[in-house]
Amino acid sequence: MIETDILIIGAGPTGLFAVFEAGLLKLRCHIIDGLPQPGGQLTELYPKKPIFDIPGYPSVGAAELIDNLMEQIKQFEPGFTLNEVAETIDKLEDGSFVVTTNKGTKHHAKAVAIAGGLGSFEPRKPQLENLGYYEDKGVEYFVKNPELFRDKKIVIAGGGDSALDWSIFLSDVAADVTLVHRRNEFRGALDSVEKVQDLKHQGKIKMITPGEITAIHGTDHVSGVTISDGVTDQLIPCDYYIPLFGLTPKLGPIANWGLDIEKNAIKVNNALDYQTNIEGIYAIGDVNTYPGKLKLILCGFHEATLMCQSVYNRINPGKKYVLKYTTVSGIDGFDGSRKEAEKPVVKAID
Amino acid sequence: MCDIKITIIDREGVSHEVDAPTDMNMNVMELVRAYELAPEGTIGICGGMAMCASCQCYVINDVGLPEKNDDEDAMLWEAFNVKDNSRLGCQIHITPELDGLVVELAPEA
Repeated sequence: MIETDILIIGAGPTGLFAVFEAGLLKLRCHIIDGLPQPGGQLTELYPKKPIFDIPGYPSVGAAELIDNLMEQIKQFEPGFTLNEVAETIDKLEDGSFVVTTNKGTKHHAKAVAIAGGLGSFEPRKPQLENLGYYEDKGVEYFVKNPELFRDKKIVIAGGGDSALDWSIFLSDVAADVTLVHRRNEFRGALDSVEKVQDLKHQGKIKMITPGEITAIHGTDHVSGVTISDGVTDQLIPCDYYIPLFGLTPKLGPIANWGLDIEKNAIKVNNALDYQTNIEGIYAIGDVNTYPGKLKLILCGFHEATLMCQSVYNRINPGKKYVLKYTTVSGIDGFDGSRKEAEKPVVKAID
Repeated sequence: MCDIKITIIDREGVSHEVDAPTDMNMNVMELVRAYELAPEGTIGICGGMAMCASCQCYVINDVGLPEKNDDEDAMLWEAFNVKDNSRLGCQIHITPELDGLVVELAPEA
């Protein structure tokens, strides 16, 4: 069981900054995120896009902002459970919570802050009969363990970065990689497109364009797919079919936690501390809603800060504290580090 | 006054003729959100970068829309439920020339 003070669900900018504000109050944080890396939408959807409305930054790249936040919270030693989705929550008699992920990892926390953005990212699935039946039986939406595909025949569908990148990667692992897209043009980084072209010419990647998978075959496991160009069908034998049509966020299991939900977001008390209808569970950033809500990173930072103050009072009832300024107090990390302003000297001038 | 009329047919098939400002750098996806014609979280998920196709719509009365750019075109080639008249609402910028435009929101995919 992982023990922490504040369990944060979602490693986007709001969740990461909450670690910093919690650290100033001597509260430890642990973060769960369904993606394999921190950053949420910023690193998953638009890592290279500039953001122009972060106070103090005329322009900052999305991935750069996440790197900076990771650097800013480092000394508060946040724990991470990545690649796992928070699935169930149980409130214990003492008011603390146990949150269990889809992989069974258990987390015990005194408070829970949901910073889930638009939700957890789930693969966009093609509309194919029996698709669900073949999931985990040859239909995979992620390449989590490349060894699964060693010496296998693979069909990848999609026209974006992930279809290109995984075709390149798996061409070294699998026996046979076929890339299928509805047209011959792909959208991705220039070097990925060129690399796929090279591998095609070397015979390491087969390409079928225009093509669309219209049926999956196999009894207990995928044994092949039908690929249509709109006129004729061909049956391609394969062991795995990997549709890569991007990810879409869904509120997911959190929607079943008994929280008040409105407009696909969690209702919170914005007059006070962004607490939900369940005491001890907070919702901050894009995932919450209240009158006048704006889904902006800078608003998420503010909400995270107020949430931390509320959690402090919840965990330390009656223990006095006043807000301190980092310029005055500096920062004491849990790792023993200390950051502080350079002290002026008092010295006579001869 | 610089509003124009745009008609949005929502995902339940209900038609809404709305006033659309032409001076606020808005697009059709944002117009749908502003009038709350699709539930939050089901449209404009990527914020308007032509990266998710959640704002896909079918153009019913094409008043002479500008051509698709490469990003919009590429996204539509990866999207589901695409028809010949599919566009991404986020890439249709509201200008005075669009007065009388009619679009139907594509199903949530």
